[in-house]
Amino acid sequence: MLANFGFGALIITFLVAFYGIGAAIYGGVKNSARWVESARLAMLLTFPLITLTAVSIIILLVTRQYQVQYVYNVTSDTMPLYLKITALWGGQAGSLIFWSWLMSAFATAVTLRRWDRDREFLPWVIVVSLITLAFFVGMSIFIENPFERFWMSASGREMVAMFQPAGATPLLPSDGRGLNPLLRHPGMVIHPPMLYLGFVSFVIPFAFAIAALITGRTDDRWIRITRRWTLVAWIFLSLGLVLGSRWAYDVLGWGGYWGWDPVEIAAFLPWLSGTAFLHSVMIQEKRGMFKRWNMVLVIVTYALVIFGTFLTRSGVLSSVHAFAQSAIGPLFFGFIGITFIVSLALLLHRWKDLTSAGQLNSMLSREALFLLNNLLFMLILLVCLWGLIFPIVSELFTGQKVTFGPPWYERITGPLFAALLLLMGVAPLSAWGHSTVKTLGRAMWKPAIVSVAVLAVALASGVRSVGALIGFWLVGFVIAITLYDYGRAIWARHKRSHEPLPVAFWNLVGRNRRRYGGYIIHLGIVLMALGIIGIEMFQTETQGTLKTGESLSLSGYTVTFRSLAEWNNPDGRNIARAVVDVSKDGRYLGQLAPRRDFYFDAQQSMTIPGVRSTMDDDLYLLLVDWEEFNSNQATLKLFHNPLINWLWVGSFVLILGMLVAAWPDQEPEAAVQRAVQKANGRATAD
Amino acid sequence: MHDKLNALPMKSVRYFALAVLLAAALLGAFSGRALAQDPQPPSDDQVNAVAKELYCPVCENIPLDVCPTQACAQWRELIRLKLSQGWSEDDIRSYFAEQYGDRVLAAPPLQGFNWVFYVLLGVFAIFAVVVYIRVVRNLKAKSTAADASAIASQPAEQDDYLKRMEEELNRREKSS
Repeated sequence: MLANFGFGALIITFLVAFYGIGAAIYGGVKNSARWVESARLAMLLTFPLITLTAVSIIILLVTRQYQVQYVYNVTSDTMPLYLKITALWGGQAGSLIFWSWLMSAFATAVTLRRWDRDREFLPWVIVVSLITLAFFVGMSIFIENPFERFWMSASGREMVAMFQPAGATPLLPSDGRGLNPLLRHPGMVIHPPMLYLGFVSFVIPFAFAIAALITGRTDDRWIRITRRWTLVAWIFLSLGLVLGSRWAYDVLGWGGYWGWDPVEIAAFLPWLSGTAFLHSVMIQEKRGMFKRWNMVLVIVTYALVIFGTFLTRSGVLSSVHAFAQSAIGPLFFGFIGITFIVSLALLLHRWKDLTSAGQLNSMLSREALFLLNNLLFMLILLVCLWGLIFPIVSELFTGQKVTFGPPWYERITGPLFAALLLLMGVAPLSAWGHSTVKTLGRAMWKPAIVSVAVLAVALASGVRSVGALIGFWLVGFVIAITLYDYGRAIWARHKRSHEPLPVAFWNLVGRNRRRYGGYIIHLGIVLMALGIIGIEMFQTETQGTLKTGESLSLSGYTVTFRSLAEWNNPDGRNIARAVVDVSKDGRYLGQLAPRRDFYFDAQQSMTIPGVRSTMDDDLYLLLVDWEEFNSNQATLKLFHNPLINWLWVGSFVLILGMLVAAWPDQEPEAAVQRAVQKANGRATAD
Repeated sequence: MHDKLNALPMKSVRYFALAVLLAAALLGAFSGRALAQDPQPPSDDQVNAVAKELYCPVCENIPLDVCPTQACAQWRELIRLKLSQGWSEDDIRSYFAEQYGDRVLAAPPLQGFNWVFYVLLGVFAIFAVVVYIRVVRNLKAKSTAADASAIASQPAEQDDYLKRMEEELNRREKSS
């Protein structure tokens, strides 16, 4: 009954979306406010409708309705309530509904804004949002229906169908298969929603860009409207990536945070183009340049968002043959192709209207450095994208797959990321319009000296790797420049208006949140880079089989095996847990307990590391192997991960910076209007 | 991020494990002497150093040294066996590439169809850099032209401006 209700709501959503598309196009073409308003209401209606669908699935999951195939696949009796709820995005069919629900929420939020000055955009924003929504809802209805149920035919054959086939009876399994154990982690409660929020919110700037192209209003109004949307999208995508890294570190048991896995790269690609876009729009706002390029970037980002979802949902990553077998793959492929071609056609149509107003006066001006930053982002994107799709191309043409592992990606992208770090330091000190070597040199010589001191400290500490030395120098350079820039501005305020330093800092950031929030973001990125340099260049590992009382040493740490226990937990897990003593340079530090959980329902195991964390390093311990019925011996693997925690500290700083940068403030035009009204009111009163 | 970790196709794992076991058994049979002569079997770290550079053909994109499946554990034992027979790391990598294809290597070797990847990657990168240079040149040229025209037109513009100012002042004087 509930499944039918949820499915019915889904179908009505689909129909309403189609109506909304038609009404918006008609209203837009005929310039009819009534039709556009009708389309807007249709857009608003999709949210409660798809909410009903999502809530129906959640109720089915929580109440253990195992006759529904999706519920059977992703839940089991032993799962706690919070995991049953989050199982909504634990499988393909549910995650598509979740995607649609978020998309609808964002599109609804957009339609609720004040449209007084941008009325002409509205119908086309609705069209783009609803087409995207209708595509995902359509896939849920026709291909990945989360409400399909198990039936038993009269001949005793099990089948899956939405509605009861003739002569069949409902089939009710006693328990479900349960969620993939790797997804039973608190990080998984929040990681996919963040990633999906990042994906869907990039649809909004795209919708406005297309609206600008259709209406011919190709000034920077669409960019000003979507500036905060873009930042919000970037925040969510960044959070999704960081949380995914933390989840990988905690759960996957390889001792690292990023494996250059195709699914990771698929989420990273829109982040790259989105970050380039965030920088590039500033040039259009300040200097009226790169209008075409910004359109290209937003179109590419949207395509990559859909492409990322396609890659992870179509089965094409596991095998190109899976793509051929999956109905979802060709549909995604078609959708990406059509939207990309139509977007490019519109861009070409408006090509002449999108000429740059400004000029490039100096190769060291901020716009020139931002352009270089965009080139670097695009080169990284190119490497990642080609590395991602070439295995599919290779399999298609030769029948042989190839692999691109972390060393390959790190070798190619490492220098590009280093160049980006350098730009991150130099660009904030360069001026819009014109900068010279002399002006830049004058602005940065003090931070440069500090960074050389950092380099000297690294050398004195025994660091000899050229890559690491360059990395540490860059980190020191960017931190010094960022703090120097902050310090100079705060001091200037303090001297001018005699504000206490903390107040000066507060007012400085408040006056230009975007700029100073951006600098905090830079600081976060640099701290993350410090953690990455630490683990990538100085990680060491060792493995050994230890008897009780035997030890294994690594980078000053000594791990002594004490005991091993194995038992069946009431929640459906078999747990094997080793207990070890940890000491460093002869000093006892405590115990760690790495373990391996085997989930009976899913027939899969999960490696939970034992980790000792400090700001210097992590000792990361894995239980690799043990003998059944012999608790006196275990094989342990130790990783020493220097500086890794700076990666997580940097993530927090990044989030702080993002919040500062995205914090709502008065829209300039609105502020001017209000000021004018105030002045007029005063004049009338006079 | 999690899809790669979905349950492995059990049939493939079984065939793979069987093939590895068979290879190990054959190697063991032919290398009994070599084993007997080596007093110190290779350590886990030596095995992992080789395994780190290899990828399991069954599990997607997981290096062999950290892959938790039984099949990969047996593959690591095969590496141990070969190391104990005095094979070099390159020999072992080549052996596995021959047996299971290039996909077990951390990056495709420069041969056959893989050239397409490296050549096109270079072409794409050069194209991006050329586009960047062209954009910069155009914008710089525009800037130079704008500067030149600004200098050339300055007196005329100023004349025109002054003329209009005077006209406006005259008009105001007359009207007052």
